[in-house]
Amino acid sequence: MSEQTSRSWRGEAQVDADEAAERLTAGSLGGGAGRLLRELLTPYRRALQVLVLIVLVENAARLAIPYLVKVGIDSGIPPIRERDDLSTLLMVVGAVLLATLTQAVARNRFLVRQGVVGQDVLLALRRRVFGHFQALSPAFHDGYTSGRVISRQTSDVDAIHEMLETGFDGLVTAALTLVGTAGILLFLDVRLGLVALLCGPFLALLTNWFRKASASSYRVTREKVALVIVHFVESMGGVRAVQAFRREERNQAIFDDVNDQYRRANLVAFRLVAWFMPGIRLIGNITIAVVLLYGGYLAYRGEVTVGVLAAFLLYLRQFFEPMMEISQFYNTFQSASAALEKLAGVLEQEPDVPEPAEPRPLEQAAGELRFDAVRFEYVEGRPVLPGLDLVVPAGQTVALVGTTGAGKTTLAKLATRFYDPSAGRVLLDGVDVRDLASDTLRDHVVMVTQENYLFSGTIADNIRFGRPEATMEEVVAATTALGAHEFIAAMPHGYETDVANQGGRLSAGQRQLVAFARAFLADPAVLILDEATSSLDVPSERLVQQALHTVLAGRTAVIIAHRLSTVQIADRVLVMEHGQVVEDGSPQELVAAGEGRFSALHEAWQASLA
Amino acid sequence: MSTTLGPPSSADQLGPDPDRPPAAGVHSLWRLRGYLRPYVGSLAIMLVASLGGVALAIGIPLVTRAIIDGPVTDRDLGALLPLAGLALLLGVLEAVLVFWRRWVQSNAVLGLETTMRRDLYAHLQRLPMAFHARWGSGQLLSRATTDLAAIRRFSGFGLLFLLINVVQLVATTAVLLHMYWPLGLVVAAAAVPIVWLSMRFEKRYVVISRQVQDEQGDLATLAEEGAVGIRVIKSFGRSTHVGELYDVAARRLHATSVDKARLSAKFWTFLEVIPNVAVVVVLLLGAIGVGRGQLSIGELVAFITLMLSLVWPVSSLGVILAMAQEAMTASARILEIYDTKPAIRSGEREIAEPRGHLRLEGVHFAFPDAPDEPVLRGVDLDVRPGETIALVGATGSGKTILTALVPRLWDVTAGRVLLDGVDVRELRIEHLRSLVATAFEDPTLFSMSARENLTLGRPDASEVDIEEALEISQAGFVHDLPWGLDTRIGEQGMALSGGQRQRLALARAVLARPHVLVLDDTLSALDVHTEALVEEALGRVLASTTAIVVAHRASTVQLADRVALLEDGKITHVGGHRELLATVPAYRDLLAGDENAEVPA
Repeated sequence: MSEQTSRSWRGEAQVDADEAAERLTAGSLGGGAGRLLRELLTPYRRALQVLVLIVLVENAARLAIPYLVKVGIDSGIPPIRERDDLSTLLMVVGAVLLATLTQAVARNRFLVRQGVVGQDVLLALRRRVFGHFQALSPAFHDGYTSGRVISRQTSDVDAIHEMLETGFDGLVTAALTLVGTAGILLFLDVRLGLVALLCGPFLALLTNWFRKASASSYRVTREKVALVIVHFVESMGGVRAVQAFRREERNQAIFDDVNDQYRRANLVAFRLVAWFMPGIRLIGNITIAVVLLYGGYLAYRGEVTVGVLAAFLLYLRQFFEPMMEISQFYNTFQSASAALEKLAGVLEQEPDVPEPAEPRPLEQAAGELRFDAVRFEYVEGRPVLPGLDLVVPAGQTVALVGTTGAGKTTLAKLATRFYDPSAGRVLLDGVDVRDLASDTLRDHVVMVTQENYLFSGTIADNIRFGRPEATMEEVVAATTALGAHEFIAAMPHGYETDVANQGGRLSAGQRQLVAFARAFLADPAVLILDEATSSLDVPSERLVQQALHTVLAGRTAVIIAHRLSTVQIADRVLVMEHGQVVEDGSPQELVAAGEGRFSALHEAWQASLA
Repeated sequence: MSTTLGPPSSADQLGPDPDRPPAAGVHSLWRLRGYLRPYVGSLAIMLVASLGGVALAIGIPLVTRAIIDGPVTDRDLGALLPLAGLALLLGVLEAVLVFWRRWVQSNAVLGLETTMRRDLYAHLQRLPMAFHARWGSGQLLSRATTDLAAIRRFSGFGLLFLLINVVQLVATTAVLLHMYWPLGLVVAAAAVPIVWLSMRFEKRYVVISRQVQDEQGDLATLAEEGAVGIRVIKSFGRSTHVGELYDVAARRLHATSVDKARLSAKFWTFLEVIPNVAVVVVLLLGAIGVGRGQLSIGELVAFITLMLSLVWPVSSLGVILAMAQEAMTASARILEIYDTKPAIRSGEREIAEPRGHLRLEGVHFAFPDAPDEPVLRGVDLDVRPGETIALVGATGSGKTILTALVPRLWDVTAGRVLLDGVDVRELRIEHLRSLVATAFEDPTLFSMSARENLTLGRPDASEVDIEEALEISQAGFVHDLPWGLDTRIGEQGMALSGGQRQRLALARAVLARPHVLVLDDTLSALDVHTEALVEEALGRVLASTTAIVVAHRASTVQLADRVALLEDGKITHVGGHRELLATVPAYRDLLAGDENAEVPA
């Protein structure tokens, strides 16, 4: 597939926020990412200090071992040669054993504590992110999409987990090894030490090159893998359309293309490592050769002992090993910093429907809804509701009718506080809904929409969602009233059928009935139905309407519907246009008026039945 | 009754179960060996380079020994420079070999992974709806990414090092034994507990890792429900409850993860202690050996260096075995999909001059996981060329599945579907699907340009054709998108409303210029006004095309020449709308509004 086609099929779009975050933070912990990390770690300051202490002890013990080997060779062997005196050697060996055990214990403590702190941080982060997403309004979720919400809480948290688990350890150990080894080498012998450390600038150059090159290669790889994943998931999720429209061949061409782009991006990344790792090895081996030459010469001259030379060789091994691991750590670090940046972006998002500082209690609601000069705009300067005044007395059933974009759904969403008005007030029983805790408000005002998500668990669990303490009799009563009892009882495990398994075959209409049962059982004072019957066939809809008749008695209800059959049960019809109520009256009155929109709609509907 | 008439083995009918892990073993990996064939040369190079690396890893400490025992101890300065030169040469050579191996390896493993992913995708596209209905795209994705990466890691890295490490272990131990056998024995003895421990740890680690994975999965499910179900959660004010559920799962994961960290910590501690204790013993015995003249000092230094060079090959055995285990599981999971043969096979025939005469004869259909509950039980229907027939039936009566039988998204379980007198199963499947186009109720949009989404069934459509289709489906709004037809739509692009999506799906089907057009309740999300406009424009297309229109509303039914009523898996009545309304109570019940409700006078 050519470059040209690969560009055109995707189409144009604005730069994705996630991609932007990857770009922004590639290889740095600036801005939001750094701030969030500090916030997360602050409660563990003491634990981190202890960790650093342990790691210092561990590294000191580890670094002591080659030195002790040197002492063993230089001071332990001569007494044996001279008078078979093992005491010095035994002392040294005892010290090595002690150092070994110290290192082991310290290492163990470090890994365990690091694991605990890391998991504590993750737990805190997970809860905070989940809670924050729950606090953000549906309007935010609409724009952000559930796919992103999920990947924030899975792959991004995993990236941070990876960094906490391996990254810190790798970084701290590498740094301590570098500094500690350099110090000991200089201490053992300044000249030989300086010669050995000549490798430093080369290491720095190589590492710096790798850091820069891998930052950009990492970004490209992420972009490419995202393309592969999106194309894969969408063609499998939409396989019905793919097959129905004989799309397989072109899909395969597109997939081959993105798959190959991903391969090439990966190849660049792999090749960077293919240069970097042997590069470090090369510098290390040259250093060893130089140390052998110069150290051998110094030892020949008697200026250093054989033990020092041996210690040097052992230390140099330790010196270069963590350097190689940096290449692995680096990717971890990059994905973690991008993840932190994205999470910080979410957490900085202020809930646009904030909880009141001092919520008003509302034990029992009568159900009077009042819109007081309510203005609402999605886009500034283009109000959907320019200024609505409306009172729905407690117990009244109101039907909202009007064309798409007339503001019916907006009105419903303001009453349930999915949004807050730009100006004016929405009052429930005279209390501004902004003064009620959202859980309190929604105990009294429940909305059923076309979208009827079922949670994992049984059908009964789903019906009880709004009122978990409801008895089985109450559940059955609700479904029976709706005509849903029969199909549920006919399922393999009846009400205990798992929605994720057999429940997967529930039709849209059946899901809708479950959603209705859920709302009926919740027993709210105000029930809002937004296009809730549109996926039902006529007989089911009729049953729902009959049920509504009983259920709505004594309750306030706002019904939004396209179909006029639904409107018939209303006490009052509001025809909306451009955010204004243009007709208001009982269905009979409006039809009897003979002119006007409702009456025209009604006529057309009658004609279709004839 | 049902047991005797049911299919012989329901497992065969159903294909693999996405929730049950397949049996994995060495044989699973072995079956995928064909993918390695193009890279045999590369693998040989990698092997040679690695073996060379092993030789050098042993060689360099031996040069060290020569320097200490020669120039330093025996005071022979002349040998120093050549020996150091040799060390340099070996060192450079080692780096070159590592580079060579990695370079070749990069090409080979990525090529391998890419090919496997391509084949997997190609195979999945050919598997029928019966398969995809059971497998979520997420489950398939984890095979195309995580599992393939596991196979890549093992075949490119694990397999090689499994071999190399064993070679290095044996060779180095042999050198050590040769050098000074008592110390050699100590080293060989130290290797045993490490290998034993690694394998034992490996088993426990696999168990706890799986538990962590499961719990992560549970948590991810809750995160997903919290995101997708946010409107329901908010509607019922249940954030606190959902938050508590999440909390419990997060804490459980926390506890298991801490256990896992403890287990790893214990293992790594032992892994470091054992070689270091061996160093202690070697130092003790070696120094005594040197003191008593049984061993040169250079040998002792070389000994310790060589010994330390064994730590990684030995301790990594556990990791590599884990990798192998993972790769075996992964390949079993992939083979499970490869082994699912497309149950819908293409025929050979083509219709030279299609007229669009559609006929269903005694059609039965049951979902493979519920063979005893047939959805369709003997449907007979004849749709004449150019005729539009409305399909009416209660929710869940099988209207959608009936329409899906025509383009063979599913196959009948009994009876046959004929197009122009030919059983659709005898037709070349691409040919068949070029004759039939469906506009689905819940349209799938891909994250691609609007044009690409529209021309799904006809990539060579001209601008004029596209315009016409957009006009018929009242989908002119695409011109108002920021980049017009080139705007990316779908999940990763511009968000469209349900009604807009349905109109695009309709345009897509119309654009395919089918001989048989299926409209599966395509207009349900449109408001009354738009629906009327679409219906008016559609009339032109339907005049010349055979069509099946699934309908819930009287207004949609009026598009049709005749109406077919689907009840209890059979077509019970066929006739005109008014006729059925007048004579069939069941039809009246389905399509008419509530007559008894207080209709305003």
